[in-house]
Amino acid sequence: MIEKIRHYQDKCDFCGTCVAVCPHDAIELAEASLQILFNRCTLCAFCIQGCPTRALEMSDESAL
Amino acid sequence: MKAHYDVIVVGGGPAGSTAARFAASRGAAVALLEKDREIGIPVRCAEGVGEHGLASLVEIQPHWIARRITGAVLIAPSGAEVGLSSNQVGYVLHRKQFDYDLARMAARAGVEVYTKAYVQGLLMGKTGVTGVVVEHLGTRQAISATLVIAADGVESRLGRWAGLDTRCTLQDLESCAQVTIANYDGDPAVCRFYFSNESFPGGYGWIFPKGDGMANVGLGIAGVKADKRCAHDHLEAFLARISDKPAILSRVYGSVPCSVTLKTIVTDGLMLTGDAAHQANPLTGGGIVSGMIAARTAGQVAADAIADNDTSAQRLQEYPKTWAAGEGGRMNQFYRLKKFVFTLSDDAFNKIAKGILELSPEKRTMTNIFKAALINKPSLILDAIKLFK
Ligand SMILES: Cc1cc2nc3c(=O)[nH]c(=O)nc-3n(C[C@H](O)[C@H](O)[C@H](O)COP(=O)(O)OP(=O)(O)OC[C@H]3O[C@@H](n4cnc5c(N)ncnc54)[C@H](O)[C@@H]3O)c2cc1C
Ligand code: SF4
Ligand code: SF4
Repeated sequence: MIEKIRHYQDKCDFCGTCVAVCPHDAIELAEASLQILFNRCTLCAFCIQGCPTRALEMSDESAL
Repeated sequence: MKAHYDVIVVGGGPAGSTAARFAASRGAAVALLEKDREIGIPVRCAEGVGEHGLASLVEIQPHWIARRITGAVLIAPSGAEVGLSSNQVGYVLHRKQFDYDLARMAARAGVEVYTKAYVQGLLMGKTGVTGVVVEHLGTRQAISATLVIAADGVESRLGRWAGLDTRCTLQDLESCAQVTIANYDGDPAVCRFYFSNESFPGGYGWIFPKGDGMANVGLGIAGVKADKRCAHDHLEAFLARISDKPAILSRVYGSVPCSVTLKTIVTDGLMLTGDAAHQANPLTGGGIVSGMIAARTAGQVAADAIADNDTSAQRLQEYPKTWAAGEGGRMNQFYRLKKFVFTLSDDAFNKIAKGILELSPEKRTMTNIFKAALINKPSLILDAIKLFK
């Protein structure tokens, strides 16, 4: 099991706050899509705390 | 799109359009690239500006103005209301129209404006930044530029790609949520500001009327205080407090980097401006006017540097120097005040409000509020007097 950041597309406003606080430039944001680059992400969770609407969440996800 | 421009400006907000316009009006060949499909939307903004600041930048157009504002009320945690005495006028804008017109003015000055133009990377060469990689209408292309201006807002990544540290700490981030409601029955000429560590930790709540019963109702909280409840949760509680049944016409989320300006805002071939450079007012979170002031200088310096055939970091220093000597210096003072204000307890807020309400109405000024608040911080009183004179 590895922990990952889960992104809820329905809650997200694509506001870029998570991008602003990410220390590792690990978030790719377009007009209406968001992608976390897990090769860069250190799971620091700053993005989760900064997000104004909790569209990000730490989750346990199988590595399959 | 051409293969080369003198200046590529990334981001079609107020800072980007302003930088582009001033660079073009001094003779540079400029392209403005905006990732979204339309300039001006979504509006992530409470749309408030001071008349004085805006008028120093552009001729204010009547159709930008949703509502002229002549008063402000500060609401303490106890609910005590302090009406401020001030003869300053402000506006709540229609930001969509405003941003649109700024881009139109840039286009009229000769700027090529492209929407759906998503910059995905920088071209780097011996002379530093030499252009951008952009995906425009589904086609990825490399466009070279003598100078790139990053006006890509709070979500800025261009600086990082050039090796600058542009991220915002959770301490300095204001995480915001806002709705626009259609059934506001408060005074349409008065903006309201709410303070409370419980309801607006590290920030404040606002109601900015737009006329015709419309109002922007929102709040910002410090990112560092958002561990239990996020801005959205706080907004739900705030709405319940101010209206039985808010008729919500729009809902937005966003944030403002409320720090001092980034230490490095130019590097070889690149300048940062607006929210991308953390140039908003750190106390209020207002970034329209201050970003445009900075962007004007950035655009002018860009065109001059290109005419001199020197876009090295050293040549571009004129921009951060001008900023620091003017508006940027003021923003540093605002930052010192912010650091202090957001450490006040609710008790302290209530006491200050009580003290001010004992003064006659014409003495209820920002300067006097800060004088009362800063009784043990004489050095900050000087900042406050300068800022609110
Ligand atoms: C809730 C809220 C309320 C606010 N209220 C006020 C207020 O009342 N008064 C005030 O003065 N300020 C307010 N602000 C702050 C104000 O909105 C910003 O300071 C201002 O918009 C900054 O302008 P800018 O041009 O720097 O950036 P933006 O207006 O954010 O523009 C940046 C643009 O760059 C584009 N972009 C980003 N990345 C790329 C890329 N890679 N390629 C191409 N384009 C890209 C974005 O799509 C965006 O259009 C508020 C902010 C928030 C969040
Ligand atoms: S901060 Fe939250 S709402 Fe904003 S883009 Fe990131 S995930 Fe979406
Ligand atoms: S967890 Fe940290 S590193 Fe990963 S995307 Fe979020 S902010 Fe970036």
